[in-house]
Amino acid sequence: MTFPSSIVRLLLSVGACLCVVHVSEAVDSLVLEAERERVAIIERISAPTVAIFDDAGTNGGSGVLIRQDGLALTNFHVVKDLGPFMKCGLNDGNVYEAVIIGIDPTGDVALVQLLGRDDFPIAEVGDSDTVRVGDWAYVVGNPFLLATDFTPTVTYGIVSGVHRYQFPAGTILEYTDCIQVDASINPGNSGGPLFNADGQLIGINGRASFEKRGRVNIGAGYAISINQIMHFLDHLQSGRIVDHATLGATVRSESDGSVTVDQILPQSEAYRRGLRQGDEIVSFADRSIRSVNQFKNILGIFPNGWKRPLVYRRDGEKHEVMVRLRPLHSRSELMPQRPPMTRPPQRKSETPDGEGEDGPQPPIPEIPAGHPLAHLFKQPRIPDEYADLYEARDGFANYRFNRVARDRISDEISSLGEFPAGSWRISGKRSNDEGFEVNLNDDVVALTLGSESFLQNIGEPFQDEPPGTGGLIAAMHHLRLMLIAPENRFTEFYYLGSEPLDGDGEKVDVLIATRGSTTSRWYFRQSAGTLVGFDTETEPDADPCEVRIIEWQTNDGRTFPSIFSVRHSGEDVGEWIIEALTIREVGR
Amino acid sequence: MISRNGQLLRISAVLVCLLLCTAPVAHAQSSRQTIETVLPRVVKIFGAGGVKNLESYGSGFLVSAEGHLVTVWSHVLDADRVTVVLDDGRRFDAELLGAEPSLELAVLKIDAQDLPFFDLDQISDAGPGTRVLAFSNVFEVAVGDEPVSVVHGVIAATDELSARSGRYDVSYTGPVYVVDAVTNNSGAAGGVLTTRDGQLLGMIGRQLQNSQSNTWLNYAMPLSELDTTIRQIQSGDFSRNRDSESTEFDDNFDSIDFGIVLVPDVVERTPAYVDAVLDGSQAMAEGLQPDDLIVFANNRLVHSCKAFEEELGQLQPSDDLTVVVRRGGVLLTISLTAPRTLPQR
Repeated sequence: MTFPSSIVRLLLSVGACLCVVHVSEAVDSLVLEAERERVAIIERISAPTVAIFDDAGTNGGSGVLIRQDGLALTNFHVVKDLGPFMKCGLNDGNVYEAVIIGIDPTGDVALVQLLGRDDFPIAEVGDSDTVRVGDWAYVVGNPFLLATDFTPTVTYGIVSGVHRYQFPAGTILEYTDCIQVDASINPGNSGGPLFNADGQLIGINGRASFEKRGRVNIGAGYAISINQIMHFLDHLQSGRIVDHATLGATVRSESDGSVTVDQILPQSEAYRRGLRQGDEIVSFADRSIRSVNQFKNILGIFPNGWKRPLVYRRDGEKHEVMVRLRPLHSRSELMPQRPPMTRPPQRKSETPDGEGEDGPQPPIPEIPAGHPLAHLFKQPRIPDEYADLYEARDGFANYRFNRVARDRISDEISSLGEFPAGSWRISGKRSNDEGFEVNLNDDVVALTLGSESFLQNIGEPFQDEPPGTGGLIAAMHHLRLMLIAPENRFTEFYYLGSEPLDGDGEKVDVLIATRGSTTSRWYFRQSAGTLVGFDTETEPDADPCEVRIIEWQTNDGRTFPSIFSVRHSGEDVGEWIIEALTIREVGR
Repeated sequence: MISRNGQLLRISAVLVCLLLCTAPVAHAQSSRQTIETVLPRVVKIFGAGGVKNLESYGSGFLVSAEGHLVTVWSHVLDADRVTVVLDDGRRFDAELLGAEPSLELAVLKIDAQDLPFFDLDQISDAGPGTRVLAFSNVFEVAVGDEPVSVVHGVIAATDELSARSGRYDVSYTGPVYVVDAVTNNSGAAGGVLTTRDGQLLGMIGRQLQNSQSNTWLNYAMPLSELDTTIRQIQSGDFSRNRDSESTEFDDNFDSIDFGIVLVPDVVERTPAYVDAVLDGSQAMAEGLQPDDLIVFANNRLVHSCKAFEEELGQLQPSDDLTVVVRRGGVLLTISLTAPRTLPQR
């Protein structure tokens, strides 16, 4: 629109005169107070905001520090082409080296560690479930790489929508349960923080709707909710390429507004817990379900492997079950640089930096030659002093962080005492006074229960023996291997992350130990580090034998369970009391 | 494109607003409440479209408890079935009660009761400087029981849209609120602009580009320009004044100037089928074929031979003409250019 220039001049001059008069005489003290608060909050939230660059300074985005030792969140699509090390600028004007820790390609999240300090400024983590439409929000970051001294750009707006579902755009990337804002999110803002009016971190900005107006903000940006990221934080700290989850069932909307099971995998735990095609999904993870998007939203915020409560209705009767979620992708699908899939034509939003775009892309902002920062980026790709912080391995973003975490957690096992290999005999009784005895060595496991005996050669597939336990003999076999030397005795032994024990219990760290087709999940209290129990599944998609240790005993310098309980397929199999453990060492 | 009439009026409106705009804090605190009140009154509309650059979704707002709702007259409504989805996820087939293309206005009806609605007796007017909220289903972010999106902004100006804007034909000639936020995205048309305390101000219009600067406009049509017609359509005593309408159109070009022969225009709304394409004509060179059904011309819905001729009549020499035709169930886009001189008749 064009105003006749005379009117513009008139309006400007009249407006300017009025503003001067207005400000000096009549600004409400509430307005001034609100302004002071805003200035203070912006100062506070700018400090932990990170500008991320590659070595050449030609590519990058934003991030935010959440722990004083340098732990920082950003988008996966920001770091995916940067290599294991990157440069991070803070508004103190300094550039820090940073190393990749873990990535979540589906949720578009990456965890990195800034190096060189243990007193980094950090953002206060908020609760994104309390965010409501209309709330004020700050977007902080480095759009268009504008900040030559790393003072971030702040944009201010309102929350336009919550619990938004954004379809995958070109890749496996999928935004679920995300926060929509009208504050500007532009190229370079990716990975940066979204704060609420109190300056608490409520999300990581990563996508925006772009269309005919070009690759600049048009009033619809999307942030990954911080609550989702906190569910994944320990998984990301494991240094792995983290996966999202599926129930093993697809759902659809019915004309009456209910959501029902469309198709279900017979291999899924949901199927084993009784869920069938046509059942109505009433609630999932304690949130009621009224649309397919809502179901996908809830599914998207939990890591693969978490147990979540599911309520379904069949013939008017409600059933409540606890279901362990399945991996959404195969390992190969999660590896970086896979070819993009086609995307649906509608309802897409894109990362502001071009992820998922199939047309010509405007260039990611570059630091031009002669830029005051250009000299900072001419350093070797892997800095010598930090080279030991990165270890490459398939399936991991940085294996070193997994090894360190795994060793720290499994120290608890070493502290239980010296458990030599050789022939083990565990004897005791069940809660119904029936006696049992387990004999274990490197070749065979034998379990006698009352008058029945079960024998298993190591190397042959384990069975559900004794029947109804889910494979207690396999579980005892894995317990022996774990106590002897887990690193040597399992083909895979790694730190998974954390989860609420049995779906609704305390937070536990999880180690995974696999030998042959049998896998055990080992649970350690995050608060105390102690072993709570383990689940052993004899083969993939079998209901596991769930062992929970109730009491410990110490004999001959060895701490060993004295009472443990067993559950299988949602049924209690009773308590087992261990009266003696004897180990006859090889060669004696 | 801005009318010079009423300059003094507008300047004084600006002055008044500058003086009155003092307590934004109090407004911000009530935003949540305002939004909770407005969201159930805005609906998602799904209909025709889905081809390149033509979205199949839009927005609308309820104006009666019995399911009367207002939206923008657009291609989305040109479907056998237009679906309206309320904020609680309930879906309805909508009936088109009436439309006034010169106001870009359509009124639909769904079969429902006891709905929350905007009272047309309570609409407001506002001037530049007024803080506003815009509610719409931008980018189809919401499909089921999700509420539509809300953005915030300020009325930057109020002025008239002229009847022509570049090669796009804007039939609405009344005043508009120009907003500083990006309000007019895909799917936003038919949404509402309200004050911070939820007073209905205007209906968000179609996406339009400024012909001079090529920038996209962010605007809404004041409800006070639309409410009389809405009431007339609602009550059933609305009839378009055909005489005044027909005199508005120029006839600079005919279909024959592009080498297109339409089927004989025998009924009121003869579908714009191509009967023949002249040898050596531009239409032939660009691949237009007999039996093609012309459905859009320069993004305007073509519902009849007459409508197509009206579109061509308004073209200026050398203007682009983009037509979308349906051929065997497929939509094809064909780009033509008006002759460099007006035909001698």
